[in-house]
Amino acid sequence: MPKLKVDGIEVEVPQGATVLQACEAAGKEIPRFCYHERLSIAGNCRMCLVEVKPGPPKPQASCALPAADNQEVFTTTPMVKNAREGIMEFLLINHPLDCPICDQGGECDLQDQAMAYGRGHSRYDENKRAVTEKYMGPIVKTIMTRCIQCTRCIRFAEEVAGVEEIGAIYRGENMQITSYLEEAVTSELSGNVVDLCPVGALTSKPYAFEARPWELRKTLTIDVMDAVGTNIRLDSRGRQVLRCVPRINDDVNEEWAHDKTRHAIDGLVRRRLDRPYVRRGGKLHPATWDEAFEAIVAADHGKVAVVAGDLVDCETMFAAKALATQFGTPVLEGRQTGMDYDTSSLAAVNFNTTIAGIERADAILLVGTNLRWEAPLVNTRIRKAIKRGARVFAIGAETELTYKVTWLGDDLSLLGDLPEAVTEAFGKAERPAVIVGGAAMKGAHGAALGLATSLNLVRDGWNGFNVVHMAAARMGGLMLGYASKGGIADARDAGVTYFLGADEVEFTGFGGFKVYVGHHGDRGAAHADVVLPGASYAEKSGTFVNLEGRVQRGERAVFPPGDAREDWTIFRALSERLGKTLPFDTLEELRAAMALDCPDLAEPGLKTFAWNPPSLGTTAAGRIEGYPIKDFYLTNAICRASPTMQRCSAELVHGEAFAEAAE
Amino acid sequence: MADAPQIPDEAEVRARWGAFAWSDESREKRNAILARYPAGREQSASIPLLDLAQRQVGAETQTQGWLPVPVIEYVAREIGVPYMRVYEVATFYTMFNLAPVGRYHVQVCGTTPCMLRGSDDVLAACKNKGLVKGKTTPDGLFTLTEVECMGNCASAPMVQINDDNFEDLDYDRTVTIIEALARGEQPKAGTQEPGRHTVEPLGGPTSLVAMMSENHDYRPEWGA
Repeated sequence: MPKLKVDGIEVEVPQGATVLQACEAAGKEIPRFCYHERLSIAGNCRMCLVEVKPGPPKPQASCALPAADNQEVFTTTPMVKNAREGIMEFLLINHPLDCPICDQGGECDLQDQAMAYGRGHSRYDENKRAVTEKYMGPIVKTIMTRCIQCTRCIRFAEEVAGVEEIGAIYRGENMQITSYLEEAVTSELSGNVVDLCPVGALTSKPYAFEARPWELRKTLTIDVMDAVGTNIRLDSRGRQVLRCVPRINDDVNEEWAHDKTRHAIDGLVRRRLDRPYVRRGGKLHPATWDEAFEAIVAADHGKVAVVAGDLVDCETMFAAKALATQFGTPVLEGRQTGMDYDTSSLAAVNFNTTIAGIERADAILLVGTNLRWEAPLVNTRIRKAIKRGARVFAIGAETELTYKVTWLGDDLSLLGDLPEAVTEAFGKAERPAVIVGGAAMKGAHGAALGLATSLNLVRDGWNGFNVVHMAAARMGGLMLGYASKGGIADARDAGVTYFLGADEVEFTGFGGFKVYVGHHGDRGAAHADVVLPGASYAEKSGTFVNLEGRVQRGERAVFPPGDAREDWTIFRALSERLGKTLPFDTLEELRAAMALDCPDLAEPGLKTFAWNPPSLGTTAAGRIEGYPIKDFYLTNAICRASPTMQRCSAELVHGEAFAEAAE
Repeated sequence: MADAPQIPDEAEVRARWGAFAWSDESREKRNAILARYPAGREQSASIPLLDLAQRQVGAETQTQGWLPVPVIEYVAREIGVPYMRVYEVATFYTMFNLAPVGRYHVQVCGTTPCMLRGSDDVLAACKNKGLVKGKTTPDGLFTLTEVECMGNCASAPMVQINDDNFEDLDYDRTVTIIEALARGEQPKAGTQEPGRHTVEPLGGPTSLVAMMSENHDYRPEWGA
């Protein structure tokens, strides 16, 4: 624990900390471009120069200098000021003065630091260097003349995304950042380099020239594109969400978000349901709320079923459940694709190590999961675990996970007869973990649970049994009882079925009256008898539970379009028409009622579930032919309505070429 | 930036070099190179293997060789590193040619010491022999490049042609060398100054002369 003085302030920092971190601990701001907390140290921008005693009589790059005992660091001396001004002048030699038309303008590190630490003028009279634009795919737009070669994007691609396709070619003044042969970067995390870029060299292609940061209203909420529950900020102007960026939450998403989280938002203004529809003569006709409700009241409510989609919040599911329960015991189901795994113990279907905890695992077995698509931000955690020395095995069809995996085969019977290499690695492991994905939950849930005993996954302070869900609504739904013994098949004979934004269901088996409450005119609306327009995740305050059982609340960013309403208010209004008025008039009252029904949902935070797994028989047979997610970019109604996601799918999944138009 | 070599990645390059593989001779060298590095550190062999590949391309095309993209990718696969990492190396070092060159790659040093000693004359000689900077002559014999310091300042000006240095040049000596090469002869490498062997001082040594005949201890004279 070195003790040192920064501008006379004594600080103690952990062993291995850098002088820059020590300065931050002392509350001093050190300007930097290349240094980033979550990436390796490069030390090539030189902006973080400070004066250090003892040491050579010249400024030192604080980001790459280890803090040591009895050091004296100065951050305000004339030498430091002069050094910063000099570095800034050098950086600006080749940087264009196009801030007024640059998308980074207003939130640009270079702009801010040039104002704070720069000299205010340049002595450089020569021509500036110009660099040609590089193609990096459908998400990242490049204006490479602005690049200051901090190499953050290269380090991100290599270290976090695990896709070594970005690099620096040529050298010296001619150095250029590019993707390999200017091909699209095949990473589902490529959007993060836009946030990392301290200048406007890498900007967001779908967001190009859309808005200025100071005219946006910023709303903190939770992402619903997968079950990780990425903490996001929605930037909106007027009634439209223009941008989605991640917030820092070290327990969930660190500071990353995948491209679907970031760029599916342009689907929020396309193919929206903005008025109720009623099916007459086999065709859906626009209707008023009154007509729609009348059609529902006329239906036979003898047996009611509710099928929750992947994107709905707990409030919606609770309101629907509260209404359906008024007609006797309803069938509640959220697993749209027909899964029927046992949910008697939530710990047996939870990600028990927690997302941050999986980093500490030292032996990991993946069972039937393509983690890179099912939960990309959990995948990055496994990369971190491997860096700490973890070994990773996998059962399933081979796929590229961005790290080294020992594939054992795709035969599920392996679960009962693991190869020696696995048992040996798990025998020695202190924190072993098994991650079960959707492809194995169908037939091998019990066998995987058997591993918890045979591999001794559950020990003091460590529960290594993990299930990866793919739907933001899944854990919340399971907590609210959205699971039927026979799966979705139980709902087929219901008189009335309410579909809460459920678009992935096999609709042909449903004979009764179908009510679709959702926000996009997708498969669900096409099969419904009555369509009630609801709100998307950006348009309502909602509670979501992520795959590790973390209850999180999001805020409303914009209002739903047209006649659409927040989903719970739809059920409240409908209940009155059905003569079964629900006992809540405000969201607070609803949440209070929900907390009574499910106390875990009362307060945000990580919920832990007692470990008492059901015994389901430990034999498993069959093969894992493929994984549930066939196309990462088109997994839900919002994505399918999003032109950006369609383009990503065509280009990155299906390999279509999109040549840039020649200028 | 505009004069940076552009890397051709067209279909015909892929068609011509897509099936690149080590020749028997190269394979032996490749094995020797890889044996120098411990397992898991194959990336260290990037530079020697790129050089080997460039030489093999040169042998196949009767030129000094270059590195087509499929060949760079072949080397990357050989050592199990992403294409981008090897590509970065190939573009970083000026000794790797990213576009085809002629049989003789004439690299004229134009850095200050050579310039002061007359590299302009060397370039003029090249120009008058029909060599154009950055281009290959129509007969495919010569490619002219101006490079930075090659570390021969004591015998400046100099030019590197293929693997040989030619030093102490002036206009006429440069013309002689180029004409000899054009005829298919191999001129003497190294210094072109008559009576000079390597970079020893012209006109005999001027310092440490007592060391010439026998080992002499200077320390007493220095008061050490």
